[in-house]
Amino acid sequence: MTQPAHYQWRRTPFIANRWLRYGIWLVSAAYLVWAVATLEFDWARIEEGMTRAVQIFDGAFPLDYSRWELLISGFIESIQIAIIATIAGILLSIPAGILAARNIVPRFVYLLGRAIVIVARSFHPVIVAIIFVKAVGFGPLAGILTLIVYTVGFVGKLIAESIEEIDPGQVEAIKATGAGYFKTLTFAVFPQIMPRQVGLTIYQFDINLRASTIVGIVGAGGIGGTLMNSFRRYDYDFSFAILSLIIALVIFGEWVSGKLRKRIT
Amino acid sequence: MKSSAHYHWVRYSRREKYVRYFWLLLTAIVVFWCLRTLDIFWPWVLDAPAQMADLFSRMSPPSWVRWQEIVYAMAQTINIGTLATLLALVMALPAAYLAAQNTTPNAATLWLGRFIVVSSRSVNTIIWALLFVAVFGPGALAGVLAIAFRSVGFIGKLLAEAIEEIDRRPVEAIEATGASRAKVILFAVVPQVVPTFFAISILRWEINIRESTVLGLVGAGGIGLILQGAIDTFQWQLVSAILIAIIVVVVFGEVVSGWLRSRVI
Repeated sequence: MTQPAHYQWRRTPFIANRWLRYGIWLVSAAYLVWAVATLEFDWARIEEGMTRAVQIFDGAFPLDYSRWELLISGFIESIQIAIIATIAGILLSIPAGILAARNIVPRFVYLLGRAIVIVARSFHPVIVAIIFVKAVGFGPLAGILTLIVYTVGFVGKLIAESIEEIDPGQVEAIKATGAGYFKTLTFAVFPQIMPRQVGLTIYQFDINLRASTIVGIVGAGGIGGTLMNSFRRYDYDFSFAILSLIIALVIFGEWVSGKLRKRIT
Repeated sequence: MKSSAHYHWVRYSRREKYVRYFWLLLTAIVVFWCLRTLDIFWPWVLDAPAQMADLFSRMSPPSWVRWQEIVYAMAQTINIGTLATLLALVMALPAAYLAAQNTTPNAATLWLGRFIVVSSRSVNTIIWALLFVAVFGPGALAGVLAIAFRSVGFIGKLLAEAIEEIDRRPVEAIEATGASRAKVILFAVVPQVVPTFFAISILRWEINIRESTVLGLVGAGGIGLILQGAIDTFQWQLVSAILIAIIVVVVFGEVVSGWLRSRVI
């Protein structure tokens, strides 16, 4: 055995090719410099920020729960928006999911379904909310429509994916009995995706609950509107009170949905 | 062979049927309650399809006259998302280290880690943005910080879970060589979580691109600023151009992240 006396072990690099490795570092560094340069920081304003942050936190504590009636009605509205939007959204995402599943519809329908799901998923709920507020006016209706779109985008996509993964044997078996398209769907496709679907619905409700607290920022109902107003009035003790409850609601929602999903799956 | 003449197959037993009816009834009651108490102005609901159609007719065709502005704002949006992801990664590493049961030094730090992760995740990006705009004034910096603060919880939580699932044996092996704590982490823990780390980062980057499109609505930079301006001045054809640009960027983000993920894992 011929080995140098002082042999030192080195970790193998993540990218073996040296040129590629340094090339990637160089490109990344160049991008970083450019990206930071495009952001146009206002340094004077940022310096002021620190004193302002102190002011905000000074104004925020102790939290102000005195207008609790306003808080409760806002939160109930958020929860109701989430409930209706989840139910309606799930019902709508079933047809959307079917349209977007490659294995059970013709190709042009599949492309249409995919387009629906992609467009619904591309927009942040707040953007969708602004548009619905312009179309149907301020209030919870705009919020409900927004979250329906949000649900269709997310659940529709996952339904399509789970339909694409089903066992074709069962579909053939039902078809062999002479069943039509809808009977095949109800007896061969749906039973296979149902268990996942239930878990997904609970998960989506949790997501919608979070989103329903922010769509109000652009006027689409729920507690978000109250939050935005209090921020605009520099009413920070009330804003932080709302925030604390939103955090509580989110944690509660996550806990409940986790428990439910564990029981089901 | 003689079989019963009228044999009818039923999908659910009687008990299953009643349980299903019970849940349906309960859902119906909840929906009814929501619809009754929500502040929805029903004539608007009936009018909504007409209003939406009207809005879409005003949106088409999209106007690309201000495409330079859109491209510039989109570049800024992507940069905000990317820089925020990088910043979040830097902040999430220690948070994940504290929040993982097997690496955290003691119970107090475990709860500190969990507190950071949970509070970061419970506050929506838009709300973080409101806060940072109030502190640092409008601009991209507030946007970067908002998205970074929101992402810390997501990355931290998933990374902590990955750390908790590592194989103990490499850790013991390195410890047996008499390595310091830092070296144990660097050579036994880090290599095991690196693939997950990259997967999480890419996933979060994709989400952050989407999130950064709305920051402008509360004054925190990016495409949202132009979108808000266009909506406020009823330039619907510009709005549709911006929306198309958002879809393009989001789909681009999905394609890039899908490609990166297939390279990494």
